Amino acid sequence: MAAAVIEAKDLSLTFQTADSPVYALSKVNLTVEDGDFVSFIGPSGCGKTTLLRVIADLEQATSGSITVNGLTPQQARLARAYGYVFQAPGLFPWRTVEKNVALPLEIMGLGDAAERVKRNLELVNLAGFEKKFPWQLSGGMQQRVSIARALAFDPKLLLMDEPFGALDEIVRDKLNQQLLDLWARTRKTVVFVTHSIPEAVFLSTKIVVMSPRPGRIIDVIETGLPRDRTLDFREAPEFLKLAHRVREGLKAGHSYED
Amino acid sequence: MKTERGQALPVLVVCLVLVVVWYLACIPMNAVVAQARIDAAGGGLYATLTESWNHTRPVIPAPHQIVVELWNTVFMIAPWKVKSLLYHCWVTLSSTLLGFVLGTLLGIGLAILIVHSKLLSKALMPWIIASQTIPILAIAPMIIVVLGAIGFTGLLPKALISTYLCFFPVAIGMVKGLMSPDVIHRDLMRTYNASAGETLWKLRLPASVPYLFTSLKIAIAIALTGAIVGELPTGAIAGIGARLLVGSYNGLTMMIWSALVAGSAMAALLVWLVGHVERKTLARMGVRT
Repeated sequence: MAAAVIEAKDLSLTFQTADSPVYALSKVNLTVEDGDFVSFIGPSGCGKTTLLRVIADLEQATSGSITVNGLTPQQARLARAYGYVFQAPGLFPWRTVEKNVALPLEIMGLGDAAERVKRNLELVNLAGFEKKFPWQLSGGMQQRVSIARALAFDPKLLLMDEPFGALDEIVRDKLNQQLLDLWARTRKTVVFVTHSIPEAVFLSTKIVVMSPRPGRIIDVIETGLPRDRTLDFREAPEFLKLAHRVREGLKAGHSYED
Repeated sequence: MKTERGQALPVLVVCLVLVVVWYLACIPMNAVVAQARIDAAGGGLYATLTESWNHTRPVIPAPHQIVVELWNTVFMIAPWKVKSLLYHCWVTLSSTLLGFVLGTLLGIGLAILIVHSKLLSKALMPWIIASQTIPILAIAPMIIVVLGAIGFTGLLPKALISTYLCFFPVAIGMVKGLMSPDVIHRDLMRTYNASAGETLWKLRLPASVPYLFTSLKIAIAIALTGAIVGELPTGAIAGIGARLLVGSYNGLTMMIWSALVAGSAMAALLVWLVGHVERKTLARMGVRT
């Protein structure tokens, strides 16, 4: 078996605030294998985004250990190991679509930028929109541009922080399907934060159920689903069984209580 | 900047009212100088109006007298002669523009330093704000005299007074502009391991452009004020400020008023010009119009 892409052991992160410490992550253990599609699911405050940010070296853990591709998160960031997709598209409004996708290429000084931009815009079905400015695109299209931007320098790991959270459900369904196709084609490892149970079950090979106060992992579910799923799969009995297990996990973690 | 047809009418009406009030005000205000001539002409309404509105050295010139003065000093004299108003406009304009360019560069430079260093921010900000609490009329003669003593005369000292005034709005606006990118944008640059220079060049500076232009419009107007103020203590040799001073020394109110009109016309033109460049720039940067 190949070395794990992400390996966390007893990972904890405590934010010191004025009145009392906030236990954002407590004793988290997690392994993500190459080619996995892993979802973190849980209510607000369960530390799912914090965990993703620790992987990305945007936050630093207080104790425990974590490796990304066998390196520390900082080394992995410096080695440009991952592409990160934020909750909002975060496109630069003064850049056209193609210039936005080319941004990481300019900073990293990578060649054949034109070809990479073209390939990745095709990957998110946005060929022909190169010269548009972000405001001329719908929210879903903007988020697809930001996915193309994250993939532009061809990282093997894609970190996504509730990328479709702000979109309506119809657009979200469509983008879920497209993301699954993209994942099947590119064989990337994806870590995906969400608070939608159907989204997590539909997309993932592995679902990490989390719970707040302190932020911790309640359950890790290996879905064992085939890669070529369609939206119809959401009515299949296996799907409903998995969704039920996620919900039970959340319930056990008191996620539905005030 | 298109003026709607519906907007032109109210503006014209207000102008007309002002002109009428002005002409009426000329009668009592010029009575001091014109009364003798009115009496000599035998009094009456006609004599009162013609003498009040056409005196050669009025307390307050009538609008048409200012128009005639402007016409004579702008179009009837070659622009390189000292008696031409255009010559004086150019003197003031050149030091305005030099001061504006220097002030803008200084303001941007200070803002870049401030957003990159907490220490510099704490060290510089109080001085930047304190600099603007000193009345410019008090400090302008000192700048002229001190720089003159070390050999700088002419354009540069005047321009530096403009610089002193106009770096401030640029620095304040640019600090805000350079800090304006969202957390997401800054995190994004961090995931790329972008250097501070790359973040400045590709994120902070483009994001600050709308803030910059807002500041530049204020800066160019006060740069002009600075240049005029800078001309007053130099012994009134040339420039709009010199015309104001010479006019007031000699009781030439028409010279004062025509210099005032020329000064405000220049200010309006400069602000419009900055606004024009702003619209062109923002359009190129894809701002929706």
